[in-house]
Amino acid sequence: MERVADPLAITARRNGARSETIAFLLMLAVIVVAPFFIYPVFLMKVLCFALFACAFNLLIGYGGLLSFGHALFFGWASYVAAHMAKIGVISLPYPAGWRMWGWLVIPLPPLSPELAILFGTAAAALLGLLAGWLAIRRQGIYFAMITLALAQMMFFFALQAKFTGGEDGIQAIPRGRLLGLVDLNDQIAMYGFVAAVFLAGFLLVYRVIHSPFGEVLKAIRENEARAISLGYKTEHYKLLAFVLSAALAGLAGATKAIVFQLASLTDVHWTMSGEVVLMTLVGGLGTVFGPVAGAVVIIGMQNYLASVGEWVTVIQGVIFVVCVLLFRRGIVGEIAHLLRIRL
Amino acid sequence: MIEIFGIPSTALFGQLLLGLINGSFYALLSLGLAVIFGMLNIINFSHGAQYMMGAFAAFLLLQYLNVNYFIALVLAPVIVGFTGILVERLFLQWLYKLDHLYGLLLTFGLALIIEGVFRDLYGASGLPYRVPDALTGGQNLGFMFLPNYRAWVVGVSLVVCLATWFVIERTKLGSYLRAATENPTLVRAFGVNVPRMITLTYGFGVGLAALAGVLAAPIYNVSPQMGGDLIIVVFAVVVIGGMGSIMGAIVTGFGLGIVEGLTKVFYPEASNTVIFVIMAIVLLIRPAGLFGRRA
Repeated sequence: MERVADPLAITARRNGARSETIAFLLMLAVIVVAPFFIYPVFLMKVLCFALFACAFNLLIGYGGLLSFGHALFFGWASYVAAHMAKIGVISLPYPAGWRMWGWLVIPLPPLSPELAILFGTAAAALLGLLAGWLAIRRQGIYFAMITLALAQMMFFFALQAKFTGGEDGIQAIPRGRLLGLVDLNDQIAMYGFVAAVFLAGFLLVYRVIHSPFGEVLKAIRENEARAISLGYKTEHYKLLAFVLSAALAGLAGATKAIVFQLASLTDVHWTMSGEVVLMTLVGGLGTVFGPVAGAVVIIGMQNYLASVGEWVTVIQGVIFVVCVLLFRRGIVGEIAHLLRIRL
Repeated sequence: MIEIFGIPSTALFGQLLLGLINGSFYALLSLGLAVIFGMLNIINFSHGAQYMMGAFAAFLLLQYLNVNYFIALVLAPVIVGFTGILVERLFLQWLYKLDHLYGLLLTFGLALIIEGVFRDLYGASGLPYRVPDALTGGQNLGFMFLPNYRAWVVGVSLVVCLATWFVIERTKLGSYLRAATENPTLVRAFGVNVPRMITLTYGFGVGLAALAGVLAAPIYNVSPQMGGDLIIVVFAVVVIGGMGSIMGAIVTGFGLGIVEGLTKVFYPEASNTVIFVIMAIVLLIRPAGLFGRRA
């Protein structure tokens, strides 16, 4: 259905598209040039977390849903990808009596990195479907508490399951050859791959936000009752957004596992869920580039302040408090507000 | 030896008692969360950190001022409750007009700060706090051995929970509170100082958390991260019970503690996760929670 054109809205949209294009080209230039000046492993970490934060922002910034359990998807995808790249064999438990488990074994060889990452992402999407299906039954604060609780449950599973390696995690994951051709042990090849994964995820999020689906999501964020009265099945929209966000968070986690050749409990712990909230908040909730800026700031801070040990947590807490009280638009949000553009 | 379902009775009742103890903490903490949520519309993420502060307050009072357990049981919640009042005045009061989520984010940040500072000052390993002399020893009930201190914890928790319920549901002060929860503007029009009531409510809720912390100090070690994981379980308890009812929070807290204890006997591998599984089932059957009202 064609709406009556609002000339102001159209100029705003055109300006918005232009400022976003410029910002995107700038970001692209930085991604290309940066590895010549900055340690690539650090950059890859930033890119993985930037994608993670973009995935999280899709949910909170555009759907108004605060998930406090996104480490669940990030961490479990990294476990699955790590397992598939290192071992391959899938053993699925099924109940075979009281406290007895049977095992369905699918013999697979260790997979190439892109397939392992695909497996991790699919696992995250599946977990997202289950967790989202439960969590969208409640709104607001309850939604946050439910996602946090479900993530904690899966943290305990990760702690107890055999294949995750418990406290040790899965170590020495082979980076392997991309598509059987490119050796990812080469740092620059690995960086190129991570950058490509990040850009694909980023553009997907951008596309989703600006699609009719994204518009309905924003309507639900602003006024869910109204969206329902307009005939939208808001539950379906919220669930799809949740699954998308979980899958992208999983993509980030799986990629990180391959880069660092390690999947550990840190990535499924609730502190990781808190960190992604912090990145998005610092960068700017509901802005396209905010999560990326937030990831740069927070990961950079952790890197340079590693020497002060425990105080990193305290500093993160202080940033939370300051952001909530004084700085709710975040870095990118403030810039966009000052320059009156959309970012 | 008596056996029930093939489990020796001492083990069964021992775990049941442990479950009751955990239930006491769940009840006290979820009660505090519910009281705070009712008045402030904020989920207090720093509740776990404030519980830890209660335990540390008791420890430090004993260490430096030689204040005994029973005085600390009163003094520590007052001190920590007072810090809560400061938090409300300094930070939370600016958030009431915003989305509820900002309250959650701010108190999460506070929890990080508090836990980080305590970890930096006192290290990550636990500090011991002795059971007070008057409560050492125990009773042999025939079917099990009941340590005095554990009975004391369950008793104190029950009394405090029921007293809170009585004050809120049956007294004039409580009726003001309930009225202010429903319609603060109207209650203000009657000349009640609602902002001060909100501040004191937060202080009281935080004090409840600190009381639970003092009770916990002799059972678990006093450590900076004692509240971090606990608060997530309490969130699940709150989702299961629903925050609409005070009695609901108390019953759910004790009930889930017992269920957790029984799980430790019959299916130990699931004891960490059973409360979360119950939460998932409750969400499927009764999304508003067992005692919750549909929003």
